[in-house]
Amino acid sequence: MKRFLPWIILVVAAACIAANWLPPKTAKDDFDLSRFGEIPVLVGGRIKPLDTVGRNSLLIIHGKQELRLEGGKRLSAMQWLTDVLFNAPVADQYPVFVVQNAEVLGLFGWQQSDRKYFSFAEFAPFLKQIDEQAAQSDKLEGVQRSAYQSAILNLRNGLSLYQRLKNSIQPEGAENFTAELQSFASSVPGAATAARQRAMGENFDKANLDDVAQMIQRYERLSDMAYVLAAPPLEPNGEWHSVGDSLLRSVALGEIHPIVTEYAVIGDAYRANDRTLFNQHVQLVTDWFAKERPNTMKRAWFEFLINRLQPFSQSMTLYVLAFLLACASWLRSSNLLRRSAFYVLLLALAIHTFGLFSRMYLQERPPVTNLYSSAIFIGWGAVIVALILERIFKDGIGAACAGAIGFVTLIIAHHLAGSGDTLEMLQAVLDTNIWLATHVVAITTGYSAMFLAGMLAIIYVVRGVFTRSLKKQTADSLARMTYGVICFATLFSFVGTVLGGIWADQSWGRFWGWDPKENGAVLIVLWCAITLHARWGGFIRQRGLMIMALFGNIVTSFSWFGVNMLGVGLHSYGFMQKAFPWLVGFMISQLALMAVAAMPLEKWRSFAPARVPSRGEQPQIPAPLPAGQAPT
Amino acid sequence: MLRKLVDIFTSLKLTIVCLAAAMALIFAGTLAQVHLGIHEAQQRYFQSMFVWWPPDGRGFQIPIFPGGHLIGAVLLINLIAAHLKRFRWSWRKLGIHLTHAGLIIMLAGGLFTDLFAVESHMQLANGDAKNYSEDMRQTELAVIDTSGDDLDQVTAIPDTVLRHNRVIDHFSLPFRIAVRNFYQNSRLKTLNQAGEGARPIANQGPGAMIAVEPVMRATAVDERDVPSAAIEILPKDGGSLGTWLVSDALGAPQTFACGGRTWMITLRPSRYYKPYSVTLQKFTHEKYAGTEIPKDFSSKVSLIDPERSVNRDVLIYMNHPLRYRGETFYQAGFQKDDSATILQVVHNPSFIAPYVACVIVAAGLLVQFGFHLVGFSRQRRRASA
Repeated sequence: MKRFLPWIILVVAAACIAANWLPPKTAKDDFDLSRFGEIPVLVGGRIKPLDTVGRNSLLIIHGKQELRLEGGKRLSAMQWLTDVLFNAPVADQYPVFVVQNAEVLGLFGWQQSDRKYFSFAEFAPFLKQIDEQAAQSDKLEGVQRSAYQSAILNLRNGLSLYQRLKNSIQPEGAENFTAELQSFASSVPGAATAARQRAMGENFDKANLDDVAQMIQRYERLSDMAYVLAAPPLEPNGEWHSVGDSLLRSVALGEIHPIVTEYAVIGDAYRANDRTLFNQHVQLVTDWFAKERPNTMKRAWFEFLINRLQPFSQSMTLYVLAFLLACASWLRSSNLLRRSAFYVLLLALAIHTFGLFSRMYLQERPPVTNLYSSAIFIGWGAVIVALILERIFKDGIGAACAGAIGFVTLIIAHHLAGSGDTLEMLQAVLDTNIWLATHVVAITTGYSAMFLAGMLAIIYVVRGVFTRSLKKQTADSLARMTYGVICFATLFSFVGTVLGGIWADQSWGRFWGWDPKENGAVLIVLWCAITLHARWGGFIRQRGLMIMALFGNIVTSFSWFGVNMLGVGLHSYGFMQKAFPWLVGFMISQLALMAVAAMPLEKWRSFAPARVPSRGEQPQIPAPLPAGQAPT
Repeated sequence: MLRKLVDIFTSLKLTIVCLAAAMALIFAGTLAQVHLGIHEAQQRYFQSMFVWWPPDGRGFQIPIFPGGHLIGAVLLINLIAAHLKRFRWSWRKLGIHLTHAGLIIMLAGGLFTDLFAVESHMQLANGDAKNYSEDMRQTELAVIDTSGDDLDQVTAIPDTVLRHNRVIDHFSLPFRIAVRNFYQNSRLKTLNQAGEGARPIANQGPGAMIAVEPVMRATAVDERDVPSAAIEILPKDGGSLGTWLVSDALGAPQTFACGGRTWMITLRPSRYYKPYSVTLQKFTHEKYAGTEIPKDFSSKVSLIDPERSVNRDVLIYMNHPLRYRGETFYQAGFQKDDSATILQVVHNPSFIAPYVACVIVAAGLLVQFGFHLVGFSRQRRRASA
């Protein structure tokens, strides 16, 4: 029975994931918001399902993909978005806007309390004031803004996004939009005649013209405000338009876009609480897309699916489980637990891979295009290398590393997603798949390897100093792994850095420009070179290698995050003030570990006091010493 | 003594010290960019023999750290010396030799580029034709003799000379030029804008109605200094014609007469003339639908070179530069309202070095680590057998 333990754990874990993935049940007579969420729209230059629009908008405004109301009721992003689009008075009451800055609250005469979420209705009297304050801080660069200035700017951006959303599909406050559109459609020909007559100097019906002129003004405002482009092109290779824009165009075309009409019916049905009508017309829209734009619909549906499956948070849970299993396997010297960890990791990696490739399919890009995807990729690369180590050495160390790094990088990715769409379009400079696929992937693979080497060193130090579990054999194989992984990191970091230079030479004729991100990359290469030469020259041994690998964590985190915080240069996409304390904390923790590792070996629980090691007995790496680089 | 020196220069310790110093330098230089801007930090930390302290003082300065050129040079010597001394051919060391040979090419190439590469800009509005590009940092005082029938005679005085506020005496000019005030970066204001107490620094031309305010040097990547100066024209036969304000912010050149000829004078970005001309046909700037994110820039230009009988149209766009007669034209940017394109013009004779070096080093590392891996797996197989 006991030997089936790994399989049992794997099956249970897989079953839990599968249960999470079951589609949520919607009662037949309820609004079919899932289907509504599949409808494709164009936002930020990219076609995405409404569900993504809802999730990203809520993430930007609220900081989460879900809204919890007073009294514990939860609203999904789609429920919230549908209210914002069609039923603004209700949506205005939802406490979505996050304000934690006391000075911002003070601006409105509010005292800071436990409450940090506020509704649009509460800010409504202060909109002008907020706008003025934000306009002032908008003049400053990100780095120069005070906490208050960043907070007020965030609030303004959130409010503006919210107001644009409200005016995306219909003018805010429209009661019977279907009827309004019908009357617009019927009066357009008359107005056109009147306009012609006026131009010719003939008699014309002024009322006809005034009515339509008023409507046109209304739709011009709508077109200016719109955040979502909801009207798809009617002919292939045409352009998407916002509802307002499309209505303005319908004057010339003589007919209203069929999807715009459908949206009007859907909105009216939603306000009237007519679920059957709502579902019927949502179905009509998805059917239209499936027939006219099958490819668009397929992608939107797939993205909707990924949104629901949340592959990265599923694998995050599994990584934690695997890490705990691997640690437990050391304490109990249990091969079964180790194998369980290995199987769970394979499952986690499979889901992680599925998520990564889905993003590549949706974006039609190589895996790394922004900071968020770099975190996903670093984790993925490190997990694969760590699993290979586990397969070779079979001692649970690779498994523990895979679990820890997988979890931490995915958590980092989760926090980086707060800025909105993680599949955003790329600036023109970056728009070359060859370089994204080679330079960026090589660099990030180098990061993966550096962090893996650092993780191995952490395990070496923690197990060696604080437990008795670091036997000589384990220590030796840890050292071998670390050494091998650093070699791997050297290769990828070097190639990646130089490829970056070649890309720069291709795009603006400068191989090396001392841009902070380039400098960060070359710091990694230099550190690897120092480590390897110090090892080959015999200046360091096992423990020295570990201390240097720990410092590698600092160098790599500086290169990955630190340089972006400087806010200079071409690579400074996304300034992240919030991450700064975490980065510093991480660096300090690594320095502390280095200090611990530098303690005399007698203080290490694994090496003392049972046998007092002389320096000669210190575990050695039998790594090949290239001749000619003999120890001095 | 010599033996000791050779030992030092071939030692692995020196390599490690150099690498560590390079790390420290790069780290400090990167942080310094926040306040100094990339260009200034690059000059002080990387393109210098020493980093000096205090950085700004004109007077007493002490070197506090080796600069990029020094570290690079020592590393290069160390690399070459160590290999000369220890080089013994063997297949096992193929990887190491390749890696280090590649690195030598890369370092040497980098040094070459630093010494010989020239970067400049060419800004073209639709329909503009130019046969010169302009330096991004340096300015020159151009004194133009317009009395020739076909050709103007241009005497250009670089800002490095102007900066010292000296009297400039050139054989081709019938007058001397006294630099009265030189501002590395400045803002020009009309006298009533500048308010009470503002005094012009010139008494001739439009400069007599303009006040000059010195400002901090530009640090952002896309900003450039606006240098200004007051210059007095002193005819060589005695007397003074008055003082002119010259500035990069003043558009058209100013004219005056001296020695029976008409002269134009202007302070402008330093020019690099070419034996061919480039004309902008059309600049295109596309954005992603419904956003301000740039999707694509491209410039369609005509390249006309009578010497080589070339007259053709070329499309320059992102990652697709035009390479012609040793120079490369890149799509670098555009004016804010899309009214003009900005091409970066680079002359870099050693641009090929990093390409070669990258391939050699990558091959070397692969061979080297491949040997390790094969050796390691053999060992494991033996251990498990």
